[in-house]
Amino acid sequence: MLKELGRGLYTTFKMLIEGPVTTQYPEEKRQVRPRYRGRHVLKRYENGLEKCIGCSLCAAACPADAIFVEASENTDDERFSPGDRYASTYEINMLRCIYCGFCEDACPTEAIVMGDNYELSFTDRHDAIYTKDKLLEAVPSQEMTTPQKVEPGLYTRSVPQMENPRD
Amino acid sequence: MDWTLWLEWVIKALVLTLTFLVGFGYLTYYERRFLALLQSRLGPNRAGPQGLLQWVADAIKLIFKEELTPAKAYKLVFFLAPIITMVPSIVIAAVIPWGPSVNLFGRNISQSVANINVGVLFLMSIASIAVYGIVLAGWSSNNKYAMMGGLRSSAQMISYELTLGLSMVVAILLGNSMSLVEIVEAQRGPFGWFIFVQPVGALIFWIATIAEVNRHPFDMPEAEQEIVAGYHTEYSGMKFALFFMAEYQKMIVVSAILATLFLGGYLGPGVDQFPWLGPLYMFIKIFVLLGIMIWVRASWPRIRYDRLMAFGWKILLPLALAVVFITAVGILLAQEVNPWLMWLTPVLSLLAGWVASLMVDRAIRRKNYA
Repeated sequence: MLKELGRGLYTTFKMLIEGPVTTQYPEEKRQVRPRYRGRHVLKRYENGLEKCIGCSLCAAACPADAIFVEASENTDDERFSPGDRYASTYEINMLRCIYCGFCEDACPTEAIVMGDNYELSFTDRHDAIYTKDKLLEAVPSQEMTTPQKVEPGLYTRSVPQMENPRD
Repeated sequence: MDWTLWLEWVIKALVLTLTFLVGFGYLTYYERRFLALLQSRLGPNRAGPQGLLQWVADAIKLIFKEELTPAKAYKLVFFLAPIITMVPSIVIAAVIPWGPSVNLFGRNISQSVANINVGVLFLMSIASIAVYGIVLAGWSSNNKYAMMGGLRSSAQMISYELTLGLSMVVAILLGNSMSLVEIVEAQRGPFGWFIFVQPVGALIFWIATIAEVNRHPFDMPEAEQEIVAGYHTEYSGMKFALFFMAEYQKMIVVSAILATLFLGGYLGPGVDQFPWLGPLYMFIKIFVLLGIMIWVRASWPRIRYDRLMAFGWKILLPLALAVVFITAVGILLAQEVNPWLMWLTPVLSLLAGWVASLMVDRAIRRKNYA
């Protein structure tokens, strides 16, 4: 009996020596895993053009019907993305989204990516609908905002030439 | 009897009561932090610096909570039960000496509220009153789980009170007095603490007091998994807080009594030159004893109820009787033959304790436990 009781005391004492494992959440945050599926981000090319071409494949793939895309025509004077069309409206309802990542898989241009932000909270249901300006990545520099005025004939291909994804 | 004596008593009683009320608050904080550390957590650290004001927040929350009284409860007893539980837990501290006498304003003031010559008897009698509050709370709630908690509590307390009394007898024998001050003074000198003379007696006292204050692993009266919350199931708000307070103050008090009876009380290096060191030494001893209680809570599972009773009656009570006998024989031999024979007492009592632990082992391993 004494041995078992002593072992019980030793086990808890070991924990005292090892110290707490607590992460003090709002002050210190833990790194998410590389393939973590957080809030979506709409990516840009290095020159600032949006990757999204408004094809609505993500909306079609979405099992929760959380994505709404509306496309408009690009012109060389007002160019948002390579190719003919761009997404003039891009909305994700974060209350519907189940974070499955199908939109990421469906996207032909790797425009929509699941980010690492998991701190989503709303006080109003309207705030749960993330519009394009909230989802879109920040521009690398100020003069690269869309729409851009570009030379004609430069951006005819809407889906870029890409390798197969490895990760 | 002049009025200054009354004033002295009133001030001492007030200081003691307030110390206990604040001590209760910080004991809950101490328990939560230390328990958390033993479980690889941090514990409350948000309210105030390092969570030091957590107990204030808890108290405010409990004060503003709605108080429900069950419709079919016996209202008067339901109301009185928390008070009957709470008051003895402070009153019992009155006889504990917190330090040697001090000279203050040209008066010789003893550092206990009442230095009565039958202090140990006072402790025993007040400790038994607390069980009434718990039983009455269980009964007046008109709830079967509360009732069961109250009954368990009374059975457990009555069983372990015998053992508690016998282990107090050990200290009385060794100190040759019933006054707590004289028991403390008898522990002067190197290895004078009674825990060195009678370690098993101190251990029995400690086990019995844990059972008496319903702490883990003997918290049968409030075993959540079995009987909801036991006797205070129907209590909420400030009435519940009183039960909570009583439990924690009893923890402090029994630690103080254990320190007084077996750990030399306020004695420590330099206490005669600086009498104010007395309360400090008491504080340190109580702090360590409370820490051990919390450590035990984190480590050991709750013992089954029938085994609790079997342990109390079949193991602990005979062991306590044996320890009293050994102590008496040791004192007799030391007086009649040779003072060094006093040290036969710890050896023999440790032997008895070892035999008792073997008996527990045997009872646990038995296949068909009745």
